[in-house]
Amino acid sequence: MALRTLLTRKNLANSPMGMLGLRGLQTFSLPDLPYDYGTLEPAISGDIMQLHHQKHHQTYITNYNKALEQLDDAVAKGDASAVVKLQSAIKFNGGGHVNHSIFWKNLAPIREGGGEPPKSSLGWAIDNHFGSLEVLIQKMNAEGAALQGSGWVWLGVDKEFKRLVVETTANQDPLVTKGSNLVPLLGIDVWEHAYYLQYKNVRPDYLKNIWKVINWKYASEVYEKECP
Amino acid sequence: MVVANATTGIASPLKCALSLSQGFQGSTRRLQWRKNERQCVRKAGQGVITAKFDLKPPPYPLDALEPHMSRETFEYHWGKHHRTYVDNLNKQIAGTELDGMTLEDIVVVTYNKGDLLPPFNNAAQVWNHDFFWESMKPSGGGKPAGELLDLINRDFGSFEEFVKEFKTAAATQFGSGWAWLVYKANRLEVGNAENPLPSDEDKKLVVVKSPNAVNPLVWDYFPLLTVDVWEHAYYLDYQNRRPDYLSIFMEKLVSWEAVSSRLDSAKARATEREREEERKKNEEEENGTANSEAVEMYLESDDAVSD
Repeated sequence: MALRTLLTRKNLANSPMGMLGLRGLQTFSLPDLPYDYGTLEPAISGDIMQLHHQKHHQTYITNYNKALEQLDDAVAKGDASAVVKLQSAIKFNGGGHVNHSIFWKNLAPIREGGGEPPKSSLGWAIDNHFGSLEVLIQKMNAEGAALQGSGWVWLGVDKEFKRLVVETTANQDPLVTKGSNLVPLLGIDVWEHAYYLQYKNVRPDYLKNIWKVINWKYASEVYEKECP
Repeated sequence: MVVANATTGIASPLKCALSLSQGFQGSTRRLQWRKNERQCVRKAGQGVITAKFDLKPPPYPLDALEPHMSRETFEYHWGKHHRTYVDNLNKQIAGTELDGMTLEDIVVVTYNKGDLLPPFNNAAQVWNHDFFWESMKPSGGGKPAGELLDLINRDFGSFEEFVKEFKTAAATQFGSGWAWLVYKANRLEVGNAENPLPSDEDKKLVVVKSPNAVNPLVWDYFPLLTVDVWEHAYYLDYQNRRPDYLSIFMEKLVSWEAVSSRLDSAKARATEREREEERKKNEEEENGTANSEAVEMYLESDDAVSD
């Protein structure tokens, strides 16, 4: 009780901890792609990569920062209903930032290992759980194609049970909304903006081709961290 | 409205309008929104009549809305997306109890109070796209007139305010979906009470938005206007710039004639429904079948402790 009184916002300014006390708001910025826009062709066109990164992802970040600023304000004022009202904007835009940040790392040009099948522990886990990589790919493609509207299809690992999962999420919901123990290894964006200029309505073709530039090295790294 | 025979190879088609043959439990709604003309196909050698939905073309050529909505967009949006919804719906309902129902009824039944049944997405998207093409016209846009404008002014303050609210709804429908102008004429149904003052003021114009395939038929509203905000609707012409697409839609594409004529139908149906409900109520009272459904009511005497 005494401790809490010591650390209220008002007191912090006057206490010896005042310099560190006030919460600074971290803003987010667009991460650079580790490859040029055109280097994922012909699987994904340079036009799509540029729009997707510079427009769509950037917009999520801009709106996420805005929502966080408004949230900060609402929290400071103790405006509970404003805090609750902001939750959907935070989920949409924050989720969009989280998901796309993972997505860029899930892709790599062919000459940098894109498309090379997973080896070592992740490769083994895939064979063990799904039977083979081909079966996993078919499953993810089927679920991705069947997803109504906008969303993502994921390969994840349940870090508690050390088990691989395939899941879909709607809109920009991160994988963790499907289970708090789920860690994303690989996400495929099936929003129409991810493929429309090139594949138009034929989402299954996009799904078939994207595997040629999937960066299994990154997925393995994440897997090995959760399942050492 | 042009109804083209988009299917081929069918001998002696019968045009028929099948009205609602199956209601669903407990509903008093009569959804005769628009009898969808369909082909009744007599399959050779089977003696079975099945009713298939057609891919109705837009009421203008595919390039008529250029440069605001390109022919290329129509070739994919109507020629692929809409066509696929129609084909898949026909496959899904063949031989089921949905076969023979109107499109509107299939939409409401398969919505299933939000627990969507598989044909819902296809049925609703077929309806939505038919409705969307008809919401636009070449050299569209401008302002509505007459009673529609009066109601817009009454319910939104001004036409400009309505446009702002409609565009905001469309811009903030996250992910895939639709924005709508609807005529809301339903009254809150409470088991043991009646709206004491049913009046024309209960009925009003409202802007709503919906995700994916959902449309206001499932909320018992009368849709008057829609804009498709799935990315496939605008990506070829506007890429990520949804707000630009929405501005052009309002300024250059909206068919206010279609919206006005839908408003007339909506008002007529609302009146018809009220008369029907009134008639049924009188009938029940005459037959002494009032309160045939036991209605649970809280009575103060139920309380062990009374004030």
